[in-house]
Amino acid sequence: MPRTPMTDGPLGVLAELTHACPLACAYCSNPLELTKRSDELSTDDWRRVLDQAAELGVLQCHLSGGEPLLRRDVVDIVAHASGLGMYTNLVTSAIGLSRPRAEALREAGLDHVQVSIQADEAVLSDRLAGISSFDKKIEAARLVKELDWPLTLNVVLHRQNIDRIEAILGWVEELGADRVELANTQYYGWALRNRAGLLPSREQLEHAEVVTRAARDRLRGRTEVIYVIPDYYSQYPKPCMGGWGSRQLVVGPEGDAWPCLAAHELPLPRANVNEHDLAWIWRSSPLFSAFRGTDWMPDPCASCERREVDLGGCRCQAFQLTGDMHRTDPVCVLSPDRHLVDEAVAAANSGPDSGAPASPGPAREPVLVPVPALVSRPHRAD
Amino acid sequence: MNATVPRTGRPHVARFAKLRYDGARERHVLLGPETVVVLNPTGADILELCDGHHSVADIVDELGRRYDRVVDDEVTQFLARLAARRWVEIPDATNPDD
Ligand code: SF4
Ligand code: SF4
Repeated sequence: MPRTPMTDGPLGVLAELTHACPLACAYCSNPLELTKRSDELSTDDWRRVLDQAAELGVLQCHLSGGEPLLRRDVVDIVAHASGLGMYTNLVTSAIGLSRPRAEALREAGLDHVQVSIQADEAVLSDRLAGISSFDKKIEAARLVKELDWPLTLNVVLHRQNIDRIEAILGWVEELGADRVELANTQYYGWALRNRAGLLPSREQLEHAEVVTRAARDRLRGRTEVIYVIPDYYSQYPKPCMGGWGSRQLVVGPEGDAWPCLAAHELPLPRANVNEHDLAWIWRSSPLFSAFRGTDWMPDPCASCERREVDLGGCRCQAFQLTGDMHRTDPVCVLSPDRHLVDEAVAAANSGPDSGAPASPGPAREPVLVPVPALVSRPHRAD
Repeated sequence: MNATVPRTGRPHVARFAKLRYDGARERHVLLGPETVVVLNPTGADILELCDGHHSVADIVDELGRRYDRVVDDEVTQFLARLAARRWVEIPDATNPDD
């Protein structure tokens, strides 16, 4: 039986305040075409969007980017969301989290801070981030704790840092983080273009899982350890954002609203908060209705008993790998396109550096596509 | 079960969590960075008393009065469940460190 389309309001909004970022990660979730700073929503636009979101039932507000701290009005935006009773969460690289800024955010009611770290030490971390940033991150994480905020550390795992997971977890312990999210890279956008340098081998993953299990036991009661496996090594895809247009919504710097972080690459009509009310966008826009529920599904999903569980997987992944956003997520073993994933996995497990987790060092560092050079182009328009 | 919920403990909602009434859903909700727990009325009553002053025994008494029945297990099980997920912390008042 087809699932009734979900028309309840969203629980959370991810506000991507800006695409600008001092960092240039090879797995960046930014779109390839960045929004110019001059095209960003104003403070009042964000206040209006948050008002409409609250009316729709939004309870959590994640402030992200790019680097949200590059917005001078981030304190005002936090204060507004907080005044609406939302749980406010800042997702930051921590560059720009000075003490006065942090204190102002605390004052404005910010509830939670998520700091991304790239590695366990400065050389690798700074190379991955594209600029010298490791020491500032550690300093900022300490500041978050000192101001008595709950601290989550976000670590995007990939081929070049996954062998350092033990030392990364050492930092988690030393900094006294309340949560750590060890999430393997999702391959769309920049990360898909850099996939060959990012996708870990099977041995690397097995090692990481053993280390993570041990850390989870050791840190029980102190730190919640969340580990997200890479879906390329799974049999079935993950349900995207808990279902398309079901629980979350993303608003980009220019005011485009999306059901998911990576959906801007899909050939779907846009829905912008400067042209429409958020309630219309959520309930009635063709964009948010496109993949809601299960009616849109082709086979094998349409007749599959897991269709309510994973909802056919990620639309962005289907589109980016096959060129057709309606197809079953190629990660699924039942997908006729699974070979596309298997080939990438095979490549990640062959070649000189596919052995057991060796000690990190120049020998096992694949060459990264020079992302800083690629992202520098859109910055020009500032 | 009661081992994790000492009757003398004075529970409070975890630092990272926020308890509030949600007008859109007409329910109390407990908010965290990644999760929303939609509460039933009893759960909301219990959590509103988790203020660091009321002990578990006080909460049981107070709810027993409000609902006019024995709520002992309901309260301790609810708190044990939330404590296991770190939504609620229950320092034991008999422990001088807390
Ligand atoms: S992934 Fe890296 S470059 Fe992209 S927004 Fe985040 S911190 Fe900036
Ligand atoms: S066929 Fe579709 S619904 Fe079935 S498991 Fe695969 S992705 Fe999920």
